[in-house]
Amino acid sequence: MQQVVYILNKELKDFFISPIAYIVMAVFLLVTGWLFFSAFFVFDQADMRNFFNLLPMTFAFVIPAITMRLFAEELSSGSYETLLTLPVTFRDIILGKYLAGVAMVAALLVPTLSYPIFISFMGELDWGPVLGGYIGAVFMGAAFTGVGLFASALTRNQIIAFITGAVICFTLTTIERMLFFVPGPLLKVLGQLGASLHFQNIARGIVDSRDLIYFISVAFLGLYAAHLVMQEKK
Amino acid sequence: MIQVEDLTKFYSDLCAVDHINLEIPKGEIMGLLGPNGAGKTTTLRMLTGYFQPTSGSIRIKDCAVDEQPVMVKGLIGYLPESAPLYPGMLVYDYLLYIANIRGLRDQARQGRIADLVERCGLQGIMHKTIGELSKGLKQRVGLAHAMMSDPEILILDEPTSGLDPNQIVEIRDIIRAIGREKTVILSTHILSEAEATCDRIVIIHEGRIVADDRTANLKHSAGDTRQINLCLQNAEAEDVRRRLGALEGIADVTTRAQAGDGRQDVTLVCRSSQDVRASIYAAVKATDWILLEFVQHTRDLESIFRELTKEN
Repeated sequence: MQQVVYILNKELKDFFISPIAYIVMAVFLLVTGWLFFSAFFVFDQADMRNFFNLLPMTFAFVIPAITMRLFAEELSSGSYETLLTLPVTFRDIILGKYLAGVAMVAALLVPTLSYPIFISFMGELDWGPVLGGYIGAVFMGAAFTGVGLFASALTRNQIIAFITGAVICFTLTTIERMLFFVPGPLLKVLGQLGASLHFQNIARGIVDSRDLIYFISVAFLGLYAAHLVMQEKK
Repeated sequence: MIQVEDLTKFYSDLCAVDHINLEIPKGEIMGLLGPNGAGKTTTLRMLTGYFQPTSGSIRIKDCAVDEQPVMVKGLIGYLPESAPLYPGMLVYDYLLYIANIRGLRDQARQGRIADLVERCGLQGIMHKTIGELSKGLKQRVGLAHAMMSDPEILILDEPTSGLDPNQIVEIRDIIRAIGREKTVILSTHILSEAEATCDRIVIIHEGRIVADDRTANLKHSAGDTRQINLCLQNAEAEDVRRRLGALEGIADVTTRAQAGDGRQDVTLVCRSSQDVRASIYAAVKATDWILLEFVQHTRDLESIFRELTKEN
C-alpha cells in the first residue's frame, strides 16, 4: 500500500508540474462557467441544475485529457521499463495512477464550489441537490478516470489515448439518447448503461446505491482492462 | 545466484532469444556482448522480469522470477538502455522517489542519496530537471537509480554509452568496485570495455550463445595466430614474398603496394608458438630494403567477436 502512496504522490506532482493541469483546468472552468452563467440569468432560478446537466458531457472530454498521459507518456519515453523493474506490482502502479487521476478531477471541481456559494447570496439555494450533484460528480469522475486510464494504457500516443477515452466516455454519456435505434428487448439493458442517467439521479439529491454501484463498476472495469493490457505487454 | 535455463523469447514469429542457458555465481562481473539485434537487451529484460519469456525459466537466488516478481525486482538494480527516466522530474526528486519505492527510510535514505551523489558525480545537477541533462549526465543519474538500494544484482544495459572517456574510466572503476561483492551483468558492444571490466564474457549472436568463458581464457584462445605488419621501402613485392615466405614459422605473406611512393605494406601471418621477429629482422637486414614499420598484433577479442558473429 505504501508503494501506491509514493506513486500517487509522484503522479500528482507531475500533473502540477506540467502545464497540462492548468490548461485543462482553465478550459474546464471557462466552458462550464460560461455555459452555466449565460443561461443562469435567463432562467432566474437559484439552483445549479443547469451546471450539473452539462457536467457529464464536459467530463467526457476533460477527463480523458487529464488521464491521457498517465501511461502513454511512460510508454513513449521508455520510463515504463524503469517503472516496471522497480519492486512494485501492476496493482500498485494502476491504483497509484488512478487515484492521482481522481484527485486531479476532485481538484478540478473545487473552484466550481464558488458557484453555489455565489448563488446562495442571490437567492434561496436548496443545498440538497448541490451536495448530491458534487457526490455524483466525484463518482462519475472516478468512473471516467478508470476509462481514461485504460485508454492511456493502450497506446504510446497521448492523442490516441485522449480520443479513445473521449469516445468511450461520450458513448456512455449519450447512450440513452440514442436508444431509438435499439430493438425493444435491449432497451432496458442499454438504458441502464447511460452515465448521465445515473448521474442525474444523484444530482437530483437521491443518492441511490444502484447509481453508485454503476459508477464503481465502470471504474473497476476500466482498471481491470488496464491491468489486462499491462499483462499483455509483458 | 542466477540460473537461466532454456530461455527463449519470440516476438510473434521472430525468435529473439533461442534456448539460452547461463549460470552466474555471486560476485562475478559478466559481460554480455553481441552485435545489434543479437538479443542482449531482450535477455536482460527477461532477467529483470520486464518481459515474460516464451519458454524456459529464470531463477534468482532460488526464486522464480515469474512467481515472486516483486521480491526479485527488489534484489535487482537495473539501468535500461539509454536510461529512460522521467524527463520532467528534478534529479533530487527522482532519486528521492526511487529511494522511497525501494523501501529506504529517513536517515538511511538521505545517507544513501548523499553517497550516490558522491559516487556518481551528481553534485551541482541535483536541482536540474532530468530532461535538460546531457546524455552522459543522464546516464549517471540512471546509474545512481540502479544502485539505490545497494542491490545484490546489478544489471546494466550499455552503461557507458554516451559517456566521455574520463567518465567511462570512472564508471568502469565503480562497476569493478561493486563487482567485488555483488553480481554485475552488463551488456555492451565496446569490446575493450568488456575486456577491461568483466571477469567473464558471453557473446550472443542471433539469440544463441556462441562463446562463454573467462575473459582471460577467451583472449588466450584468440592468441593462437599472430600477425605482424611491416612497411618496407625499396622492396619488390615478388622479392618480399619469396624471401619472407621462406622463413620458418611464417604461414602466409601478403603485400600491398602503397600508392605513389613505392612502399610495400606487408602482412605476415605467423604460426603459433614460435617468435619469428628475430629471423624477420635478419632477413630484412640482408637486403637493401628500408624498414619503416614493424608491428606485432595478437589476435584480440575483436577478431574473435567478428568471427563468431559473422552473418551466415
